[in-house]
Amino acid sequence: MTDLSITLHIDARSISVEPGVTVAAAIALAGGGVTRLSVHGHPRAPLCGMGVCQECRVTIDGRAHQLSCQTLCANGMHVLTASEGAA
Amino acid sequence: MKRYDILIVGAGPAGLAAAHAAATQGASVGIIDDNPLAGGQIWRGGPELQSDARAPQLWHALQRTDNVEFLLQTRVMYAPQPKQLLVQTPSSSATLSYEKLILATGARERLLPFPGWTLPGVTGAGGLQALAKGGYPLQGKRVVVAGSGPLLLAAAATLQAKGAQIVAIIEQANTPSLLRFGFGLLATPSKIAQALRLMAQLRGVPYLRDSYVHSARGDGTLQSVQVQRGAARGQETLQCDFLACGYGLLPNVELAQALGCATATRDAQTVVTVDEWQHTTVDGIYCAGEGTGVGGVDLALAEGHIAGLAASGQHAQAKALFAARASWQKFAGRLARAFALRAGLSALAGDDTIVCRCEDVCHGELRTHTGWRSAKLQTRCGMGPCQGRICGGATEILYGWRPDTVRMPISPTRIASIID
Repeated sequence: MTDLSITLHIDARSISVEPGVTVAAAIALAGGGVTRLSVHGHPRAPLCGMGVCQECRVTIDGRAHQLSCQTLCANGMHVLTASEGAA
Repeated sequence: MKRYDILIVGAGPAGLAAAHAAATQGASVGIIDDNPLAGGQIWRGGPELQSDARAPQLWHALQRTDNVEFLLQTRVMYAPQPKQLLVQTPSSSATLSYEKLILATGARERLLPFPGWTLPGVTGAGGLQALAKGGYPLQGKRVVVAGSGPLLLAAAATLQAKGAQIVAIIEQANTPSLLRFGFGLLATPSKIAQALRLMAQLRGVPYLRDSYVHSARGDGTLQSVQVQRGAARGQETLQCDFLACGYGLLPNVELAQALGCATATRDAQTVVTVDEWQHTTVDGIYCAGEGTGVGGVDLALAEGHIAGLAASGQHAQAKALFAARASWQKFAGRLARAFALRAGLSALAGDDTIVCRCEDVCHGELRTHTGWRSAKLQTRCGMGPCQGRICGGATEILYGWRPDTVRMPISPTRIASIID
């Protein structure tokens, strides 16, 4: 049985996930995957999965440049990515 | 200021083994990790949940000790004074002081640029494995796993277990190297069992030796990869949703270097120099695990154990682990030789292929420079948030450059953390 007990907000969407799911995964589950835009405006998504490459940076609860691959989802969390409509 | 007898950076196998060994003598131990859960990359998602029995054993033993404190989601920024580290969490910062420091900072994947490697959907091999363990949705997705080393098999097995369809595993090493490595496993029977288990899990998945990813294509996101089959044969196109591509591991030596510890080059890796007690060239600082050279979980456990014992003054007990360490060091040597990278991989980037992903610096802008320093000054390569962690491994293969210094802070830091 799946326990979707955590609800968070990603850009304009709400999504419910299981405990232990990372913000990077929640962004992909919400149908996107793009986390930031490069300095020339190209979409980027998680690369290293372990907190080194910084490609998965998003804004979490007003704090910019948080690594979504190293952050677990929490109830009521607000995540802003750079995907269309949110930047 | 919080004070510890022994402070450990990294809660993977080496760090946990070190913490357990040091705590047996009653030392106060602090263990820092930037992830939300202990376990490092090998035991990602928590040691208590791993099938490797040593992980839950170590974890439960640590839970029974009351002199070990875990500081998770905590990153080391710099050393304000000798025997002190400034650390940062998502919301605050603190200065920690220590008598002895054990660095168990692990390794990262070597990622190499090829046309299309910045497309969403292209990740590291261990990278996608790590993302999948954090709930990244792969059910029904077509995944090509590529690069080099035994990690490809482990990653493919994890991804398949998460519901991915593995299109192929693409290994750059040639058949004679792989056969030699296979025979060498006779010296480490536990690794044969592991290899057989992985091969059984991956039955039916094509394993293409002597092959490598030439380029990735897609409109906005990844759609296909072009694979070079050997030197003599042609190219093949594979349709996929994800490409998980990593070329082995690179020791994380930046914190050790920033603290003044000497490093050396061994088996084409920059490694922290240690003596038989895992002690670095700086008084009171030890290093264990992949930082002293990539060798896998068994070597990391032996080194961590030795470092923890030595740092807490238990030298006689530490000596009992020297033989095990020596045997896994030989395994590490065989690993490095078998999966040494082929020359052709440095020729994949075109002039418009991005090498430095943080600053969008292309191969064409970099290849005329004579070294890392000149490239940094003129192009901003390596000056972005990853601070050369990704492009540094690439420019080493592409141009033979090695970063010459590490600057504090070693990770992007909030101004408030520094001025508080």
